[in-house]
Amino acid sequence: MEFNAPAGPNLFDKARIVGKPTPRIEGPLKTTGTAPYAYERHDVVPDQAYGYIVGSAIAKGRILSMDSAQAQAAPGVLGIVTALGTPPVGKPATNNAPLFGGPDVAHYHQAIACVVAETFEQARAAAGLIRTRYERAGGRHDLEALVPGAPLAKGRDGRPDQRAIGDFAAAFAAAPVKLDATYHTSDESHAMMEPHATIAAWQGDRLTLWTSNQMIAWSKAAMAEVLAMDPAKIRLDSPYVGGGFGGKLFVRADAVLAALAARKVGRPVKVALQRPLMPNNTTHRPATIQRIRIGAEKDGRIVAIAHENWSGNIGGEDGENGSAQTARMYAAPNRLTANYTAQIDLPEGNAMRAPGEAPGHLALEVAIDELADRLGIDPIALRILNEPQSQVPGMPERRFSDRNLVRCLREGADRFDWARRQARPGQMRERQWLIGMGVAAGYRGGPATRSAARVRLDGKGGLVVETDMTDIGTGSYTIIAQTAAETMGVPLAAVSVVLGDSDHPVSSGSGGQWGAASATAGVYAACVSLRRKIGERLGFDGDAATFADGRIALGKRTLSLGDAGILSAEDSISFGPFKREYDVGTYAGHFAEVAVHAYTGETRIRRMLAVCDAGRILNPLSARSQVIGAMVMAAGAALMEELAVDKRFGFFVNHDLAGYEVPVHADIPHQECIFLDTLDPVISPLKAKGVGELGICGPGAAIANAVYNATGIRVRDYPLTLDKYLDRLPAVG
Amino acid sequence: MRAFTYERAKTPAQAAAAVAGTQGAKFLAGGTNLLDLMKLEIETPTHLVDVQDLGLDRIERGTDGGLRIGALVTNSALATDARVRRDYGVLARAIVAGASGQLRNKATTAGNLLQRTRCPYFYDTNQPCNKRRAGSGCAAIGGFSRQLGVIGTSDQCIATYPGDMAVAMRVLDATVETVKADGTTRTIPIADFHRLPGDDPQRDTNIERGELITAVTLPPPLEGVHVYRKVRDRASYAFALVSVAAVIHKDGAGRVAFGGVAPKPWRVEAAEPALREGAKPVAAQMFAGATPRHDNRFKILLAERALASVLAEIKEG
Repeated sequence: MEFNAPAGPNLFDKARIVGKPTPRIEGPLKTTGTAPYAYERHDVVPDQAYGYIVGSAIAKGRILSMDSAQAQAAPGVLGIVTALGTPPVGKPATNNAPLFGGPDVAHYHQAIACVVAETFEQARAAAGLIRTRYERAGGRHDLEALVPGAPLAKGRDGRPDQRAIGDFAAAFAAAPVKLDATYHTSDESHAMMEPHATIAAWQGDRLTLWTSNQMIAWSKAAMAEVLAMDPAKIRLDSPYVGGGFGGKLFVRADAVLAALAARKVGRPVKVALQRPLMPNNTTHRPATIQRIRIGAEKDGRIVAIAHENWSGNIGGEDGENGSAQTARMYAAPNRLTANYTAQIDLPEGNAMRAPGEAPGHLALEVAIDELADRLGIDPIALRILNEPQSQVPGMPERRFSDRNLVRCLREGADRFDWARRQARPGQMRERQWLIGMGVAAGYRGGPATRSAARVRLDGKGGLVVETDMTDIGTGSYTIIAQTAAETMGVPLAAVSVVLGDSDHPVSSGSGGQWGAASATAGVYAACVSLRRKIGERLGFDGDAATFADGRIALGKRTLSLGDAGILSAEDSISFGPFKREYDVGTYAGHFAEVAVHAYTGETRIRRMLAVCDAGRILNPLSARSQVIGAMVMAAGAALMEELAVDKRFGFFVNHDLAGYEVPVHADIPHQECIFLDTLDPVISPLKAKGVGELGICGPGAAIANAVYNATGIRVRDYPLTLDKYLDRLPAVG
Repeated sequence: MRAFTYERAKTPAQAAAAVAGTQGAKFLAGGTNLLDLMKLEIETPTHLVDVQDLGLDRIERGTDGGLRIGALVTNSALATDARVRRDYGVLARAIVAGASGQLRNKATTAGNLLQRTRCPYFYDTNQPCNKRRAGSGCAAIGGFSRQLGVIGTSDQCIATYPGDMAVAMRVLDATVETVKADGTTRTIPIADFHRLPGDDPQRDTNIERGELITAVTLPPPLEGVHVYRKVRDRASYAFALVSVAAVIHKDGAGRVAFGGVAPKPWRVEAAEPALREGAKPVAAQMFAGATPRHDNRFKILLAERALASVLAEIKEG
């Protein structure tokens, strides 16, 4: 199915299942511990052996020698794959750092060996017996020091990532009110609950990987490149994923080493990346340094805005672009955005939930708050005053498909009791706690991409949906079942959904907040195709017939879908060029109230609210879970999450969950999420946009702004830990 | 984790003898710290002597009106004991400020005293660490030291004792009772239990190889308001940046110890008379001679302000 024009009225406007709060259809499996996650798939293949990965002890240099004789002789050991004994494997374009093989070490905890044994404990014990000698090389590990020489990033289309509209320099110089501030955000770790894990088995020259992965088709192709083999001989199966956040978009050492080790020992091998390897072995969100300059008239109208961003990445690949959202925010006629990437010798930077926008909002939305403070204008009023009209600023050819940011802010102000906020900071106190409120706008793109599915009547009253789409804890199973049930006119309980198998039609996968919009549209396309086939078989015009209550009907004639027997159809949705005329985004108003301890500077969140505009909400239950989960992650970025860089040795020091603190329940006392009742006909036939990343774009800035409102202290260096402002808190006895 | 052998001892003296007589042996109680360290090969005992059958799990009234806490009393049992809650509030509060419910159910009183540092370089066996391997160097000095010690450290080691319980016990003047392999017993004041690293940071405490902790005794209850104030980056399940254990009388006199700042619970009795004058003079004396690093300099000011918060709260009622 081609989606070539904005959707008109359709069956989803009268939906009975889509859009209704629907508990996860796979929920009982998860709550009873019976959903098969990759490492626990004991039944898929017999004789599984255990692999244990050894990470490099140095961040940069060469391996001189590896002595694994003692490990090889240890109890239960079946075989050892070593980097020195393996030529470098292929490096897919989606991976920045080398995955395995050869003497060169590019980053700390790069996999250098995998020990395979009969039990996990034997593999782990033997791994400790490998003796490796290295030659260290110097590296560049300090982003701040690399800023002056950093080149412009390559950008998505390969052109230097810089955009200028009007004359920023002149307009800024002439503006009566100016802000020029620089913000720092931290390297962050995905820290998902389920580590990267894979079971690999070879049957002759065919490879099966039971794994935990967000993007099945990409990763199948990537494994073919890694192993220099025919992709048709590789199968990936990833029906359940215990969190991804972008960390499982691409194949990592677990999949590569499970495959190599299984080949070496001639048995299926399972490998889970040990938790302490995750921050340095896999990917992370790179730190950023962001300079924002805004010039405004005294009435609050912004005349000039510049947002420059620096980050680093291994091999000079593009890093984290904090200026990403700024092109679409605030209607200034003179604009400059630029994104620089330094070549830095740290582990690989790559996608983490809302790459770019998540740290970008931490800077931009604080800058707006600072400007509001300087102007003496309420920060919500300032945002509304500068809200772009129908076009993307400086891009008259692109209009917003459906943008209701102002409504988000206004509704949020009402719900959050914003009027209670004191404009002057440091005015609200409860015993030893200073209380403050903050607001931020949120923007994240609403992309959609080609996505396919197969639907099948099973002849017994059931409908089976098959696609390689993944559910990374997001609720894909349920929204896909809802879409199929709605389109085919069958009850939700009649639909079964099979996901994550590369033998099934290629979907969008889960990433970039596009999964919900794309995958449901693909399932809809397949269902429309099936409706036609049912019509043909039963003598109806499938396009004109109605499908309801398990029956097909046209005029007075009606038959049960069961009469069509077994019948299947496959189709995909693809999106036409008309979309280029539109900017499809999702929007939010984020609010936070915090308490900052007047003596110790501890910041504790009291309540958070997000008002979201993302078109039709397919399942308000799972969408809410997505948003509040992202708000937690935003709170972590604002208040505590930081991979600490050892600038001497070039690695993340706090590489476990004791050292890398993420929020716990006690940090998140109250969250509310409200969805505006909007529809976006440009996104897809379902008029529904994803929300998985919108929730992390803005709440951190709202928290930072609330800290300022509580204390009068502006900290521009995340996370806002107390050591950064303790000496600026009020004097105490 | 290296392979090891295992036995369950029947009496304290037998346990002590088993560890003293076996090269590389260690006691195992709750295991919440030791087993984690073994998995990472930071601890590599060849033999474990499990002490869970020794019957050291009772809290008894002492003849002097204090309490005698068996070495195997769990953190949960100790924190919820009615006598502890009533008479030793600082201890109950310190315990529940630490770890998680699951860990406190398993962790023991003696084991908690022996908890090893949480220095990230100690935890990464690729890095030099004098506490882990004598003479290998200290990666924390000059590295990421935000959580580490500001006083009592040495040029060999800047690790902190990470726990909460012992900080309260320090304020209460607890005593540690032990038994050695030859059956002799001794008592060690809590002040002398943990040691400063000096040139020998491998040794965290002053107990000898094969010396088993059998109990911790508390003197009769202290009058005053019992407070444990733990300052940390997140609201729960995190080690202290700084913690304050204090017992303060109505007249403003009292006792105070800090956690999270030194290789042992940090108390300077000579500074305590200044409590009536407020936090600043107390902190000034307690941190005289401190050697903070760039990343953890804030802890000195934080300790002062945390104590000020405690004193103000008591004053406000």
